[in-house]
Amino acid sequence: MSFNAVLMVLFLSPPRVFSPDGTGKKLTVQISLPKEVQVQITSLQLVRECKTGEIDTLDILPFLKAYTDNDLNYKVEYRYKILAFSNGNLIHESEWSDFAKPKAEWFDTSKLPLFIVMILFTVIIIFYIFQARANKRLFLRPIAGLEAVNEAVGRATEMGRPIIFISGLSTISDIATIAALNILSHIAKRAGQFETRIIVPCYDPVVYTIAREMVKEAYTTIGRPDLFNGDDIYFATDSQFGYAAHVAARMVREKSATNFFMGYYFAESLILSETGASTGAIQVAGTDSVAQLPFFVVTCDYTLIGEELYAASAYLSRDPLLTGTIKGQDLAKLLLTVVIFGLSILSLFGVNLTLGLF
Amino acid sequence: MKEFFIKLSKLDRKYIYFIILVGLVLPLIFPPKFPQKLSPQVKRVFEYIDTLPRGSYVILSADYDPSVAPEVHPMYKAVVKHCILKGIVPIGVTLNVQGAGLAIDAFQEAEMTVSARRDTDYVFLGYQAGGAVVILGLGEDIKGVYKADYFGTRTKDIYALKPVKNYRDIALVMSFSGSSIPASWAVYAYTRYGVRVAAAVTGVSAGDFYPYIQSGQFIGMLAGMKAAAEYEYAVNNLLKERNIERYSTSAIRMMDANSIGQLLIILFIVVGNIGYFLSRRRK
Amino acid sequence: MLQKRIPLLIVFITGIVMAVQYFVPHPVSQHIYDTSLKWDRAVASMAYILAIVSFLRFHTRRLKDKKYALYSTVSLVAFFTMVLVGFVLGTDERSLFQDIYKNMMVPLQATTFSLLAFFMSSAAYRAFRIRGLEATILMITAFVIIFGTTTIGNYVPYMNDIVEWIMAVPNLASKRGILIGVGLGVVATSIKIILGIERNWVGG
Repeated sequence: MSFNAVLMVLFLSPPRVFSPDGTGKKLTVQISLPKEVQVQITSLQLVRECKTGEIDTLDILPFLKAYTDNDLNYKVEYRYKILAFSNGNLIHESEWSDFAKPKAEWFDTSKLPLFIVMILFTVIIIFYIFQARANKRLFLRPIAGLEAVNEAVGRATEMGRPIIFISGLSTISDIATIAALNILSHIAKRAGQFETRIIVPCYDPVVYTIAREMVKEAYTTIGRPDLFNGDDIYFATDSQFGYAAHVAARMVREKSATNFFMGYYFAESLILSETGASTGAIQVAGTDSVAQLPFFVVTCDYTLIGEELYAASAYLSRDPLLTGTIKGQDLAKLLLTVVIFGLSILSLFGVNLTLGLF
Repeated sequence: MKEFFIKLSKLDRKYIYFIILVGLVLPLIFPPKFPQKLSPQVKRVFEYIDTLPRGSYVILSADYDPSVAPEVHPMYKAVVKHCILKGIVPIGVTLNVQGAGLAIDAFQEAEMTVSARRDTDYVFLGYQAGGAVVILGLGEDIKGVYKADYFGTRTKDIYALKPVKNYRDIALVMSFSGSSIPASWAVYAYTRYGVRVAAAVTGVSAGDFYPYIQSGQFIGMLAGMKAAAEYEYAVNNLLKERNIERYSTSAIRMMDANSIGQLLIILFIVVGNIGYFLSRRRK
Repeated sequence: MLQKRIPLLIVFITGIVMAVQYFVPHPVSQHIYDTSLKWDRAVASMAYILAIVSFLRFHTRRLKDKKYALYSTVSLVAFFTMVLVGFVLGTDERSLFQDIYKNMMVPLQATTFSLLAFFMSSAAYRAFRIRGLEATILMITAFVIIFGTTTIGNYVPYMNDIVEWIMAVPNLASKRGILIGVGLGVVATSIKIILGIERNWVGG
């Protein structure tokens, strides 16, 4: 008891309190206890007092060197003190720290490199959009899978059979799904011109509502709103393999002439595309799901690999503004390749620079 | 003969499916018992554990769920048994809430087959939420993160845990998973605390983890059903040496069926190509 | 015209706000983010109502068609059974709802999943043909990986090392190459939508 009392007299320094970031919600309390005290501690408590007078006690893990208090109010000031216990007996009580406010900042400096890259990339893309506006002819390399889209729609028209379009099994927050829906819009316009039926079974409720509107808009744009059949763009199910079974069954029963698989896919990719291949349909796939690409490559007639999916809309519309963005994308990729190559060469010589990017 | 191969190369898929079905089901009913041999990665992990001194501690983190259990669970069971047979104390933890039920099954099997005793030969701490925070916390104080084990016993009172404080007392951490959790163990437990880490993952996700082996962040990796079968085989050999006859052969049997399936696919590719080649020559 | 301009303006403003929000740690910015997430959830749950209406409409209409009547009857019966059982008897761990899920839904899904083994074999049978140099390289690589991952593959000298090298070097390098392109494609598509250059979603 007397030993504890000595400790209490000796170590009354207050803990250091600071804001770890600019979220305005956190304060970090640094716990620096002398080793002699540390070994005896079995539990630790942090007492927090707001300037308004409210006091709270927090139990924290005994080995911690710092504790970050969360969900605080950036308009309120707080102060802390530490209570250390050994088997239920208080052996150390610090003084109160100074009052501190969680810092609320308007820019996260740790994200500065990312911010610079984002601005640089945006500037490059906008520059090429202006170039495209100034009517500079931009060359796009032929992409077989996209060249084949019109052919695939034409085939369905010739055979008098429907087209099945799948926009992937991801949600609308996935950009691959948005890219897929952009392609759907092009295909719907083309199919509408030929009066070919297009069936879109959907996996996600939000994607379903958007796909439905997009097809409707596409038909309206070409002046054929009468062609829109609400029953052909429908919500099937949100069970992964239930959906695969449904779409496979529709392919077999409808004998679709053309199948499009665009967007993000999981393990069901092969079930969909192999069933389609067995019905003799012409198939075009486009995905950025690297794990599923090999399955599409072997079962589909054409496959858009990774970024080709994102380039599809520009390619199909030939809109100069959209093709400008692809040029910008290519330049950014070139820059990134040069940076990766340069850093790799440097690391071969033992110089490991990351530029704060990685 | 020529015509036969050409016809065969255009074989209807129904027949291919039937042959695959037979090829997968028959070896499960009548195990062919292919001779097993340890591949270098499996050998590395097996030998690392095998040569640890008696009384060492390893953390076996069951970071997987039932969806990947056919591949990963046999590995967990085999490694648990291996540790107990060598007098190494496995400390079972899990960062995946569904992993607890699977891990406890592995320890119960070890109780039956190799007479493992809870809190003496092994410890099972169970699930702890927090992911990376838990990994970091274990580096400071294991008993601080887990105040009680899975069964409610206070960790301070567990006999086997008496000499253990943090990673400094742990010879190896092994993460069993079908997701990216083993990478977190490499980043937080190895890079920050220097504890040795190994991974046991599904065949599909193995490709993502090779860089960790190249950089030395993992001492080795068990990948997919094949590694599970090889480890099971190696542990069965240890059991044989000790005249214990309760072998587990679930992964070996599944891998035998898998191998036959894969060999059949190779056969199809060869036959398909012969037919394709002959029909092209005829044109 | 206004019908198109208003959605484009909303997308432009929210797109810029959300992009800037990512770099601003201030509580005000966090509040905007949290609110947008709540909106997102609210919209998604409303979309479910539309989706269920679509599901019911689709299947009830097909009841009149002899070709599809049986399948749609099964879908509708399954749907109403689950709804009824869930609402009346609850959905806790030991409920009938969970039993039906575990003993019908899970095995049915596993069965569909297992079709992959068969589809993979027929796809490989058809696809791996020596059509040219690239196809030959692809076939040989597939051959090595398939054989190397069998039990017998262990008995071929250097087989494991070759498999490991293929997986860790060319496979991983190509994967990362594709992912870098995908990352840039994602950013470019986002910029196109925010700036209103990509406007297919409002009819082009």
